[in-house]
Amino acid sequence: MTAADPPRDRPSLLGDCVHCGFCLPTCPTYVLWGEEMDSPRGRIHLMAQREEGAPLSPEMAGHFDACLGCMACVTACPSGVQYDRLIEMTRAEVEAEHPRPLREKLLREAVFRLFPYRRRLRAVRGPLRLYQRSGLPALVRRSGVLERISPSLAAMERLAPPLGPAPRLPERVAARGTRRATVGMLTGCVQGEFFPGVNAATARVLALEGCDVVIPRDQGCCGALSLHSGRAEEAAAFARATIAAFEAVDVVVVNSAGCGSSMKDYADVLADDPAWARRAAALSAKTRDFAEFVDELGPRAERHPLPVTVAYHDACHLSHAQKIRSQPRRLLAGIPELAVREIADPDVCCGSAGTYNLFQPEAAARLGDRKAGSVRATDAELLVAANPGCSMQIATALRRQGADIAVAHTAQVLDASLRGLGRGALVGSDSSTDN
Amino acid sequence: MGTPLDRLAARFTALLGRDSVIDDPVRLRTYECDGLTTHRASPGLVVLPETAEDVAAVVRDCVAAGVPYVARGSGTGLSGGALPRTDGVLIVTARMRRILEIDIPNQRAVVEPGVINLDVTRAVRPYGYYFAPDPSSQQICSVGGNVAENSGGAHCLKYGFTAHHVLSCEVVTPDGEIVELGEGPGYDLLGVFVGAEGTLGITTKITVRLTRVPETVQTLLAAFTSIEAGGTAVSAIIGAGVVPAAIEMMDALSIEAAEAAVGCGYPEGAAAVLIVELDGPASEVAHQFAEVERLCRDAGAFEVRIAADDAERALIWTGRKSAFAAVGRISPAYLVQDGVIPRTALPRVLARIDALSAASGVRVANVFHAGDGNLHPLVLFDDAEEGAAERAEEVSGAILDLCVEHGGSITGEHGVGVDKARYMPRMFTDTDLDTMQMVRCGFDPAGLCNPGKVFPTPRLCGEVPGVKKGPHPLVAEGKAELF
Repeated sequence: MTAADPPRDRPSLLGDCVHCGFCLPTCPTYVLWGEEMDSPRGRIHLMAQREEGAPLSPEMAGHFDACLGCMACVTACPSGVQYDRLIEMTRAEVEAEHPRPLREKLLREAVFRLFPYRRRLRAVRGPLRLYQRSGLPALVRRSGVLERISPSLAAMERLAPPLGPAPRLPERVAARGTRRATVGMLTGCVQGEFFPGVNAATARVLALEGCDVVIPRDQGCCGALSLHSGRAEEAAAFARATIAAFEAVDVVVVNSAGCGSSMKDYADVLADDPAWARRAAALSAKTRDFAEFVDELGPRAERHPLPVTVAYHDACHLSHAQKIRSQPRRLLAGIPELAVREIADPDVCCGSAGTYNLFQPEAAARLGDRKAGSVRATDAELLVAANPGCSMQIATALRRQGADIAVAHTAQVLDASLRGLGRGALVGSDSSTDN
Repeated sequence: MGTPLDRLAARFTALLGRDSVIDDPVRLRTYECDGLTTHRASPGLVVLPETAEDVAAVVRDCVAAGVPYVARGSGTGLSGGALPRTDGVLIVTARMRRILEIDIPNQRAVVEPGVINLDVTRAVRPYGYYFAPDPSSQQICSVGGNVAENSGGAHCLKYGFTAHHVLSCEVVTPDGEIVELGEGPGYDLLGVFVGAEGTLGITTKITVRLTRVPETVQTLLAAFTSIEAGGTAVSAIIGAGVVPAAIEMMDALSIEAAEAAVGCGYPEGAAAVLIVELDGPASEVAHQFAEVERLCRDAGAFEVRIAADDAERALIWTGRKSAFAAVGRISPAYLVQDGVIPRTALPRVLARIDALSAASGVRVANVFHAGDGNLHPLVLFDDAEEGAAERAEEVSGAILDLCVEHGGSITGEHGVGVDKARYMPRMFTDTDLDTMQMVRCGFDPAGLCNPGKVFPTPRLCGEVPGVKKGPHPLVAEGKAELF
């Protein structure tokens, strides 16, 4: 089952499942509800019922919608079932055939017209920052008014991280010392607008490690949200634009797990498009996650001591989709005086899962609480995650539990060590998620 | 008022809540089979109770309505033991998954039936203990299911089956009573219950024994040019008085499959590999390990690899543990068989399986727990080919005949369930089977608790075999009474 195999249709992919159930304990919704139809094995069974001609009932669509797409089942499966391909095909079918209630339709449209567009996100940043600085958030949360209008809206309000100023990155950041590589950098939509500090840290670390960093101005959304939600055509359009934006560089470094994973999938997304298939495959081949790339490059800049205890969170789109687990841990462990703690049940998703915490706020909140509990059990002072969605989701759950644990990206931790900023930069009382 | 099932659905909804009752056909069908997909039946109703009281109430309502019911844990069984009834209720214990108590000084833990086997070990590992039964599905199978099937695993040669690690069970009996079956004076009812494949009641709370993690574990992989040589090594090791934690054997075809799936890198040209694991106090293990290595070489092993650390040990085991699923890579479909033979008959039975395979053209890969003679032949076929499944089924059945013929059994650890009920008469006489069913009737007079499993011809209570000829002499004499 290598990438060289011809694309397979759904019946053939479904045939790989032997119904052994090894996927069940890693599935977040099975962990929550203990129901067969909300497990990968059950969803595969539902897909098989579709193949036999069963109509796509609202109940069935509900079970597909409830899947987080975390891909933990793909890691767990001994038979090599490509659930990622299966759920993608099925989601596209749900989008095409399942009539959603008006309210849900409007919400989905709003999300897909806002998040993938940096300019639109930037437009909401200002008002959101004002709102956060006013006394309103406490009042709104206490009143539960948003919850009554729409639980999804309430989830969005809670999830938004505290915003600071968002400085623009230059188009080129020069390597310090002898140049070892020239890399392109994806700034992302949510990462760029909600976590500008992460992008700045990423660029600095790359430069300090001897890379010329190219940050094309004309880059847009990578299409991850659309791809993982069954909006195939929209995803393909985003993919083409991203491929064009990065054609000039040999490596594209991505600091958001969801984006990196979708870019590595471009080869599949555009496989049937003769004009783009080769270019897509080339972009997929040169895409690297931040930790993957820096680890591969090897350390050159001096690591200054950082006496902090951190808990490392495996983002699903990093660990399951990109199989990147050891690299970020190695980078963290390479920092003097820094201790890395493991979080229990690392394979189970935090509930963020792209748009999941917006469309399925209740399940997402329960998963967030579980993850926050596991994070707190490590007694770490700092949670490190490499995906903006995870950072917002777990930070929100920690806040809900009244836990005082700071959250940072792997790049921010490395940046603090390379620049000798000390622990105060990460866990100081004035630290915020986008420092 | 609708059918009895409609009425039960309404009652259970009132009792357990809407989220705990499944009654629409599409959702129900996802429960139509467990780990054995060749038998399917969509349940009439599914309930997901969370307490013993709820289970008892559901059972009482089923009995009152004369509706059969079946318990199911994680749905990983390989004999169709949890196959639902289309006219019945499926009671799923997946939401009863709390570990209620961990009592390290007394080496026990109390768990609900839906708790996953490996989660027990995870919970007590920090204290230096583990739950010994380790079926290959331990990462998902439930402890309740382990109790029903009396599950074993690769290490049961030394540590025994689930029965040896269960101290007591709280059980909802088929009359809906909650009772405690434990060790103590009187009949060993716990012994009767464990392994009864869910036909005598539903366990709702299990007290399990915890085992101390051994001081040392040593693992070796020995490669042989023939199955016979491997079999000789197994007999020699056991004959020398060594009790390994596990002795596993794989033949050439299963090695090929494992290589294709996980690239385990077993020695090239091996017709059989043997995995031997010893555990216990360091000095004892060191002494015995040297002996095992010598015995393997004496039996003709052309290569012996010793795992230097946990990572190398995991690599050795990867090939073996992936074998079942891996066979999917060399064949579109396959049947997993489970039979037992005396250890000494291994080379003879394998030669006969070879002959069967050659005569029928059906390929058979062999994986065994060689230490206790538990065979897992994997019968390969192409489900797209007309009649292939039937031919595979025939070969699979003939292998069981071979097991019985050589003094073995039709199942080692997967259970009889619905799949092997028809083979029971090959091992037991009618009288044997009737006697077993009388025990069953003692627990389940209405015959509603997981009916249709284990026995080829179900009997109802009161349907005593043989002709009744007046009262029993002891009753007539006034020395005994019937009640």
